[in-house]
Amino acid sequence: MADAVALSGSSSFLREKVLLGMGWGEYLRSLLTPANAVAAVILAVGLPLLGYRFAAGLGATTALSQAYPWGIWIGFDMMTGIVLAAGGFTIGASVQLLGLRDYHAIERSAILTAFLGYLMAVIGLLADLGRPWNIVQAVFNYGSASPLFEVAWCVMCYTTVLLLEFTVPFFEWMGWRKLHAVLKNMLIALTVLSVVFSTMHQSALGSLFLLAPTKLHPLWYSPFIFIFFFISAILAGISMAVIESSISHRVFARQLAGHQVDVDGLVVGLGKAGAVVAFAYFFIKLQGVIDGHAWAHLATGWGALFLVETVGLALVPSLLFAWGARNRQPRAVKIAAVLAVGGIILNRLNVSVIAFNWTNPVRYMPSWMEVWISLTLVTLGVVAFRWIVNRMPIVREDPAFPQGHG
Amino acid sequence: MRLTRRGFLKVAGVAAGTGLACAATARAAGPAPVDAGLPGVLVDTTRCAGCRACEGACAEANKNPAPDAAADMSLRRDTSQHVFTVINQAEGPAGQPRFGKKQCMHCLAPACGSACPVRAMDKLPSGPVVYDASKCMGCRYCMVACAFDIPKYEYERAAPRVRKCGFCSERLAAGLEPACTSVCPTGALTFGKRTALLEEAKRRIYAEGSTYLRRVYGEHEAGGTSWLYISDIPFEKLALATGMPERPYSELVAGALGAPPFIMTLWPPLLMGLYAFSKRRDEVEEQEDRHG
Repeated sequence: MADAVALSGSSSFLREKVLLGMGWGEYLRSLLTPANAVAAVILAVGLPLLGYRFAAGLGATTALSQAYPWGIWIGFDMMTGIVLAAGGFTIGASVQLLGLRDYHAIERSAILTAFLGYLMAVIGLLADLGRPWNIVQAVFNYGSASPLFEVAWCVMCYTTVLLLEFTVPFFEWMGWRKLHAVLKNMLIALTVLSVVFSTMHQSALGSLFLLAPTKLHPLWYSPFIFIFFFISAILAGISMAVIESSISHRVFARQLAGHQVDVDGLVVGLGKAGAVVAFAYFFIKLQGVIDGHAWAHLATGWGALFLVETVGLALVPSLLFAWGARNRQPRAVKIAAVLAVGGIILNRLNVSVIAFNWTNPVRYMPSWMEVWISLTLVTLGVVAFRWIVNRMPIVREDPAFPQGHG
Repeated sequence: MRLTRRGFLKVAGVAAGTGLACAATARAAGPAPVDAGLPGVLVDTTRCAGCRACEGACAEANKNPAPDAAADMSLRRDTSQHVFTVINQAEGPAGQPRFGKKQCMHCLAPACGSACPVRAMDKLPSGPVVYDASKCMGCRYCMVACAFDIPKYEYERAAPRVRKCGFCSERLAAGLEPACTSVCPTGALTFGKRTALLEEAKRRIYAEGSTYLRRVYGEHEAGGTSWLYISDIPFEKLALATGMPERPYSELVAGALGAPPFIMTLWPPLLMGLYAFSKRRDEVEEQEDRHG
């Protein structure tokens, strides 16, 4: 067979590391799964659409207008993508700095998710920018009075930190021992940097809206919005860690044969932290309403939306987290995590799109192309995550690198 | 890693000091609204006849398409990427028409300038708030930040620009007045120094038998603007944006922007301290295991 000829000698690396020990034919057949078919359809439409966006411009592809300069590429891809990637620094800090060694089992998948999340957010941002080639201007012109300047620098730096953190399992996969040792020694410093940069840009994403006091609905506008954004980022980090660890340890269970991880124990532990942070988040959101004298708005439709977000998807998950952690019910903790993540997604969309320019009679509705491109980026992230986890020591340990984790 | 108490206090002290110093400079770096000698325009809406000569002159000076002569002025028209100023009509006292002119207000501390991460939108020392497409990355944060909804975007173009009135900065630099004020036949638009115009505005408001509202629109809006308006009907009826804070927008973010120096200097020693504690705890546990 042609496969056998191609796979001689130097291509054994390709066969073992990339094709999962299969020949080309066998490997390609193994890709024919329903999930891959769905992903293929999304990407087959989405990637040309992304090209069309750059060829035809924003006007031809988006529903953006003079009144709504920011749509879902900012509200979902950027705002939500980055907050949901907060697990990278929360779990990283728990393991590396606080010494909570039990969580090393999910540290690498949290960092990988964060890295891919940031990459997708940056691609989404490039699609949204009107003059993306000028993004380098941020390095030369110091608009230091702008919260967006802070976001730009921190996202640049933090994506680099995540890349470096990701190289540890990457070098294990490649078998590069010297570089691996260097990067592994840097992990503590990288984790400190990840906390520093995350604290700054997760909160600065909220500070962006401090400049829109007349446009953002009073229930969401607060001088403390940057604190809301930071606390909810920690909540998102914890909740995403719960969701990811339960999904990846089910989906990639095959890789775990031999060394079982007590996923339920980890989930319950995360539930305790989730209960505290979610309640703190609900409480300061309430203080925001008090401080903004926005009580009267609670009786309106906007108030209903706000209550769904803060009571239904912050207070309720906090209580559910607490109940699940106290009664050792991982299922309850997982449901709470899903609710909390839903609440944070809704919050970011409310702030940047839905409750923005709330007095304007004409509303923004994303075009199908905007939605499809957002979907494409999420799909790209998931496909890349699966590809990497199936090959590199993310969920499992590499036998050649004992104690590689941690 | 061993961290003595003395060492820790040293690190913390240095960090806090640096943090304070950085925060102080960060605040000082924000544009302070100073209007001494800056140019301005006084719009006396009771004197405007709605001839729209300003619209025509503006279009010509900015090489924009000529304004639509048949446009209905009572429709609360907005500026656009091709139209930098519009006149809107409202009903005044005794059924007389009143007109409001919309264009960039050229804030003393512009929100768009605070928003711009690359200083593509910037206030010139001579007064005008101008845009430089060669720096702009097209994030459109200026459009989000402007309370007057002035910056408009060329969504239809492959290399879109933000478009707005630039206070005819080149004409001003050449000693001329803006195109719009230079053609006003009724004296509704007066170009001059902002401080002098503010005095003139108040002189008219408090004159014997005056019917003006006792307020100069633009004196305090968003921390003060170069364009000032006086009127005998409420300003919102003239399609002018209202309700924005009466302080510079740069102040709205100053607190949040003061945080990074503290985060950068205080987080690392604190986190390294936590790391030192957790490491020590592990060592003690290990020793106890060995002996026990």
